[in-house]
Amino acid sequence: MQVVKVDRLSKRYGEVVAVDGISFTVEAGTCVGLLGGNGAGKTTTIAMMLGLLLPTAGSVEVLGADMSRQRWRVLDRMNFSSPYVELPNRLTVRENLTVYGDLYGVADVPDRIARLARDLDLEVFVDRPVGRLSAGEKTRVALAKALLNEPAVLLLDEPTASIDPDTADRLRSYLELFRRETGAAIVLASHNMSEVERLCDEVLMLRVGKLVDRGVPAELVTRYGRRNLEEVFLDIARDRRREAAE
Amino acid sequence: MSAEPLPPALAVVARGSAGRRIGAMFMRHWFLLRGSWPRILELIYWPTIQMVLWGFITLHFQQNSSWVAQAAGVLISGVLLWDILFRGQLGFTISFLEELYSRNLGQLFVTPIRPWELIVALMGASLVRVGIGSFSAALLATFIFGYSIFDLGLSLAAFFLNLMMFGWAVGIAVIAVLLRTGLGGESLAWLVIFLVAPVSAIYFPVEALPDWIEWLTWCLPPAYVFEGMRSVLFGHGFRWDWLLGATLLNLACMAAATALFVWSFEVARRQGLLLRTGE
Repeated sequence: MQVVKVDRLSKRYGEVVAVDGISFTVEAGTCVGLLGGNGAGKTTTIAMMLGLLLPTAGSVEVLGADMSRQRWRVLDRMNFSSPYVELPNRLTVRENLTVYGDLYGVADVPDRIARLARDLDLEVFVDRPVGRLSAGEKTRVALAKALLNEPAVLLLDEPTASIDPDTADRLRSYLELFRRETGAAIVLASHNMSEVERLCDEVLMLRVGKLVDRGVPAELVTRYGRRNLEEVFLDIARDRRREAAE
Repeated sequence: MSAEPLPPALAVVARGSAGRRIGAMFMRHWFLLRGSWPRILELIYWPTIQMVLWGFITLHFQQNSSWVAQAAGVLISGVLLWDILFRGQLGFTISFLEELYSRNLGQLFVTPIRPWELIVALMGASLVRVGIGSFSAALLATFIFGYSIFDLGLSLAAFFLNLMMFGWAVGIAVIAVLLRTGLGGESLAWLVIFLVAPVSAIYFPVEALPDWIEWLTWCLPPAYVFEGMRSVLFGHGFRWDWLLGATLLNLACMAAATALFVWSFEVARRQGLLLRTGE
């Protein structure tokens, strides 16, 4: 079941090409990883998938809605987290989640907050202002916000940045469980290769806005003759694809 | 291009409503205000200082100006009504600036909230801010100078509504610019309303202005409100024609400002400004 269809998507800012004609689809219940160095076009692609940014050419369709023109139809079934945005620092975690719960039309907001607080270990600081939390705690709160409405399509940009390995591992387990239980599709942009290998069914390799390779993580590692995805990433980021293939 | 029909688990019907989303945004600003006494103090501080200053000026002019002596509250009413306009606009734009300060705009615009719902919520937030600031100053005027603006009766409601509408129209235009400039345009929020102050006939009648600028004054809704206020205070009765003029001009201003906002929002979507709204 195809829930996301990206078709020849491009974004230009004058002479600068941020995304250059990429196409891919995402099935319900799967996780697709966007990999690439800084400036590869990952965040721009996610912004266009959310309808926050209009493409120069091509289209994005999510749950049957064209995100350039009909995003309002499906935004309550999507969510995202990104290091480029924050939650209001002076509001407590509970106040923030209450506001976003109502914005997303969540049926029983207090109950949903209580469950997420328990599952993501937010209970200790749920009544503390967000501005007083550590970077790792903020990242967990951002993830809680992203899961509030149990989205059918979840877009995650560096979801475990600033989190210690133990907490990051537990969050990944939670994301796996969430995907299994709800059938949600996840699009994940990350620089953490072990995270991508663990969570993603397919990886899209981006370089300077172009989709330069794609495949199942294990397949890519074999094809490039490397030991892990990180080495494949370095080959692609440094444009050593041909040498690696040889 | 169309995907296959969705399974029941994914084909959820729309779960929110415009009212709930507006309420959520209103609540967001209420949470902010109730948790910050410096913000509340700031809301009360300037209207009160202005009122006290103009109260003393009134006391002086009552003995030296026959015009002021005829209607003791004409200057204090002017300052309190001006404050409603100023605070109405500022309350609207500051509430929007709070989203820029907290880098929250990108989060908001990927929720199902529509731009018009955000605007309505900002209007509600500005009403609360004006209520706290101007109402406190008006009450203090009663105690300190024995003058109550509430003596204007129902006409006060008409003046209040029209001044708020104009404040919102200016506020919508300002946030349209802020969508393009980010925090780089922050000072506009504080300064732009003062452009109309000299030609709004706040403290003096329109006829006191030079002929060449009178026409501009009558193009702006506040002049009708302040002239209307003086008409009531000087015992000439409530001017329905001026109320109509102010209301029609306000509706035109709000329509123009909303069109500017919609255009700015689309430009911001094209240029990728909604995710990067810092300086």
